[in-house]
Amino acid sequence: MTQLTYREPPAKRIAGAVGEWEMVIGMEVHAQVSSKSKLFSGASTAFGAEPNTNVSLVDAAMPGMLPVINEFCIEQAVRAGLGLKAKINLFSVFDRKNYFYPDLPQGYQISQYKHPIVGEGEVLVDLEPGVARRVRIERIHLEQDAGKSIHDLDPELTYVDLNRTGVALMEIVSRPDIRSPEEAAEYVRKLRQILRYLGACDGNMQEGSLRADVNVSVCRPGDYERFRETGDPSVLGTRCEIKNMNSMRFIQQAIDYEARRQIAILEDGGTVEQETRLYDPNKGRTRSMRSKEEAHDYRYFPDPDLLPLTLEQAWVDAIAASLPELPDEKKARFVAQYGVTEYDASVLTAERESADFFEAVARGRDGKAAANWVINELFGRLNKEGRAISDSPVSAEQLGGVIDLIASGDISGKIAKDLFEILWTEGGDPARIVEERGMKQVTDEGAIEKAVDEVLAANPDKVEQAKAKPSLAGWFVGQVMKATQGKANPQAVNALVRRKLGVE
Amino acid sequence: MAIDKDTARRVAHLARIRVEETELETLARELSGILEFMEQLAEVDVEGVEPMTSVTPMALKRRKDEVTDGGIRDKILANAPDARDGFFTVPKVVE
Repeated sequence: MTQLTYREPPAKRIAGAVGEWEMVIGMEVHAQVSSKSKLFSGASTAFGAEPNTNVSLVDAAMPGMLPVINEFCIEQAVRAGLGLKAKINLFSVFDRKNYFYPDLPQGYQISQYKHPIVGEGEVLVDLEPGVARRVRIERIHLEQDAGKSIHDLDPELTYVDLNRTGVALMEIVSRPDIRSPEEAAEYVRKLRQILRYLGACDGNMQEGSLRADVNVSVCRPGDYERFRETGDPSVLGTRCEIKNMNSMRFIQQAIDYEARRQIAILEDGGTVEQETRLYDPNKGRTRSMRSKEEAHDYRYFPDPDLLPLTLEQAWVDAIAASLPELPDEKKARFVAQYGVTEYDASVLTAERESADFFEAVARGRDGKAAANWVINELFGRLNKEGRAISDSPVSAEQLGGVIDLIASGDISGKIAKDLFEILWTEGGDPARIVEERGMKQVTDEGAIEKAVDEVLAANPDKVEQAKAKPSLAGWFVGQVMKATQGKANPQAVNALVRRKLGVE
Repeated sequence: MAIDKDTARRVAHLARIRVEETELETLARELSGILEFMEQLAEVDVEGVEPMTSVTPMALKRRKDEVTDGGIRDKILANAPDARDGFFTVPKVVE
């Protein structure tokens, strides 16, 4: 497997009133498993259903109901773990995390505490070509989602919808290895990309399939390095946790605000209180969520309704063997195999579907030309019209045909863009369209020479000027291209014009 | 580890169980008794003994990922003290 090499970026510095500060960020990402039914019940996970229609008696915590685990969710957690190069624990345990809230009818969340299904792994967070942050993963555990409380339907009441209750989540916990708001957003983007490649989570942030809790603290330059050496977290600042964010932009804004808030407190001689905060995107501020403080004693204990989860190594190995090529490997291979730049390879591999499309175009053709057409023409146009690659009016085969016609000299690059436009709006076979509509480039020297002679003869004054000022040759080339409706080979025209003007 | 009256009060509150102030002393003593018994058990040498997680040789039962339940809103809401427009409704939870 080919690998690209990266260097780690320096931590972001913030200038305080007295000296500089750095931030230390750790994240807990909740990724909804792409299952049809819930983790412990057969109710649907479909988004947007009428309230309380995707609820079973298990989810509503009716007395006597027992949870039965969904095997697909186990498999997806293992896939996610393998995708993050993590240790898979063949023995894991479900625990009850106890707290009271109206959208949690059981009075506890079934989660995993001491023995999670996935152990330590890592994510390479690409920041720019050649620069990446290696973020260590501490663990991934499976747990139930809670229901939804709606506070603004009535001045006196909170409305509760249990449709989400019991939906399977993978909580992916990172080490505090993230050093800037931008890295935090890129970390989430990379996780999302890997999970989507694996098919373990659809990554739909608007629908809440991916949410992040962010732990932020600030320290002085040098403190973090000391922490990495000694493993002693007390050399770092006190952290605050910002809960439940589902937008990359808000994650960045919230971290930036929170770091500056903490710096201001410290420089004022105060102390940062460890607490849970919420980000208000309208005000651009975080605020304390004091109401939940007291509930922080979760009194975890093993769920007596569920036996420990044991996995067979052979089963895990079979899943490992079935994993798709992941973004890092694919990107490195694109650079090596197709000669594209690292940046282009990142763009092409952002989604599995676009990478597959590119490979279908590039197969047996010039990789750089294929990348150029896929990124600049196709992606550019798709973005402009807000379409997905799966919804592209131009197929990989058609785009490949266009590139073939350029490579064979049948059409010029300029005509190729017209051809792309025709394929986009009307469809059809590229070679046949070129043939039928007379778009073929004229490479016949005689025909080009005739066109050049005609232009020169029609403009004797310009010919005289050009002899003194060779840069005017370009004007003649333009005139010839116009006269041939862009079909003449521009290089051939250029050479002929210059020879005849004697300005070679 | 002995449970004092304050701990008993806090645990009762966390579990949302109402315990009268007069009962706390007794409750604390009983809870302490249970913990002391556990501490006695902890004295047994279990070096090299695998923890027993079940009395029967069973593995965790699994089910296929199929939608087999739901669509019973009336039943779900039947016992709710208050429900409106298909939602459970509870006194305002202040965030």
